[in-house]
Amino acid sequence: MTILRHELKQNKKSLIIWIVAIAFLLATCIFLFPEMKGEMDSVSEVFSSMGGFSEAFGMDKVSFGTLTGFYSVECGNILGLGGAFFVALTAVTILAKEEKEHTGEFLLTHPISRIEVVTGKLIAVLVQVVVMNLIIYLVAIGSMAVIGEEIPWKEITLLHTAYFLMQLELGGICFGVSAFLRKGSLGIGLGIAIIMYFLNIITNISESTEFLKYITPFAYAEGTDIVSNLSLDISLIVLGMAYGIAGIICGYIKYSKKDIA
Amino acid sequence: MFAIETEKLTKYYGKSRGIVDLDLRVEEGDFFGFIGPNGAGKSTTIRTLLGLIKSSGGSGKIFGKDITLQKKEVLTDVGYLPSEAVFYTGMRVKDIIKLSADLRKKDCSKFAKEICERLRLDVNKKVEELSFGNRKKVAIVCALQHNPRLCILDEPTGGLDPLMQKEFFSILEERNKQGATIFLSSHILSEVQHNCTKAAIIREGQIIACNTVDELSRTNAKRIHIEGNIDLSHLSKTKDMHSDDKGISFLYGGDINELIKILSRNKIRDLSISDPDLEEIFMHYYIEGGEE
Repeated sequence: MTILRHELKQNKKSLIIWIVAIAFLLATCIFLFPEMKGEMDSVSEVFSSMGGFSEAFGMDKVSFGTLTGFYSVECGNILGLGGAFFVALTAVTILAKEEKEHTGEFLLTHPISRIEVVTGKLIAVLVQVVVMNLIIYLVAIGSMAVIGEEIPWKEITLLHTAYFLMQLELGGICFGVSAFLRKGSLGIGLGIAIIMYFLNIITNISESTEFLKYITPFAYAEGTDIVSNLSLDISLIVLGMAYGIAGIICGYIKYSKKDIA
Repeated sequence: MFAIETEKLTKYYGKSRGIVDLDLRVEEGDFFGFIGPNGAGKSTTIRTLLGLIKSSGGSGKIFGKDITLQKKEVLTDVGYLPSEAVFYTGMRVKDIIKLSADLRKKDCSKFAKEICERLRLDVNKKVEELSFGNRKKVAIVCALQHNPRLCILDEPTGGLDPLMQKEFFSILEERNKQGATIFLSSHILSEVQHNCTKAAIIREGQIIACNTVDELSRTNAKRIHIEGNIDLSHLSKTKDMHSDDKGISFLYGGDINELIKILSRNKIRDLSISDPDLEEIFMHYYIEGGEE
């Protein structure tokens, strides 16, 4: 509990900044929708006929003239990327920072087991992801209510659930990676998030690279697929959660045996 | 009971030697000095005892508890002062001290307040505003506030001014009188000689001498200082020899009659023979490998 409280205090500012940034961009995007809705029929035609580019971002599957179509592409990218970057950075630094900043000697010479340290830090990542997603979900719903649109509860809830699960998977993987690092963790965390994002874009462009969807969590958080199918790809999610859990287990094993520099 | 007991404790960093077959025994209630230059294995020994690094072989116990299997119980009894104190940026001194107490699940506010006052530590300052010496004071409070049975102090006085060093050692002395064991690692020999009752000398990862400070200081070797021109080429068992225009100074561990015989053949202006201090004993162990 002490570790959890300490971590949440330490990361409070960063969490607030990320939530404000993502929520602000998301709300701005939603507020733009009424103005753009009328012009969207022609825009949708243009967007859906841009070949590989449209496919890369799933814009061939939805209409920009609908709130769900608009939200799944525009806001999906903001929340998908923003959330992924936040969780990757938070998780990849949370164990490694103790050695990078030489605070591990202070922390680990107290009567607290490595397992307790890892668990406290893991829960801290989880709490931050939950808080961020809850607030952003509420901001999204609130913004839609403000512009007077009927709230597409099912689509929005499915979308946000997918982003949340995607962040959990990325978080689990980055958390595991963090146990192996002593310094330079930020770049690695961002790198993992960006690579996963681009793997999904590549998957969307070419059928021959479809196997990549079994690697990147962005595949089951593809907003346009979720909105058009009105369901989540459970098999990909189960696989993704397995990757996340495997990352966490690796983190526990490595950190329990690690020599602290 | 031994506060610290290691048996063939070994740590290698890859192929590099940390400590090798280290046998160390510190009795409960000792004020124990652990002496050696940088790289001798002092910090490796301490970090292994505290479970920060895993030993490559051998075993270690603190108050009879295994340092690997009962690490949490071991750390409950220990207060550790690192050579370089680093804390979480953005936190105030009082928050760091509170965090340390919370991690021990103890209310240490009374002792913490007392130590802060004695060390004149401003608890409202932020960690990044602190000098090296003040960071050390924070670490001292964290190491002592829970009244540990064993204090492990790694180069404890670095950054502290002489007044604070005096206050710090008086706190340690009080704790020692109350029954706490003090294990002090240092390369400042006068610090060990003035404060410790027992000491061990570590060289290239191995203990080469372990005894009371008085015993360690007691040796057959004498520090000889001669002024004048003198030929000592026939004199054996000399160490740590320095010469300049005025004369010559060396440690002599041989027969004193032999020395007097040689001196009588030469013309000397002045002669002094004294017991070497711990620093010289330490040099003796280091130069000769401690075999004599």
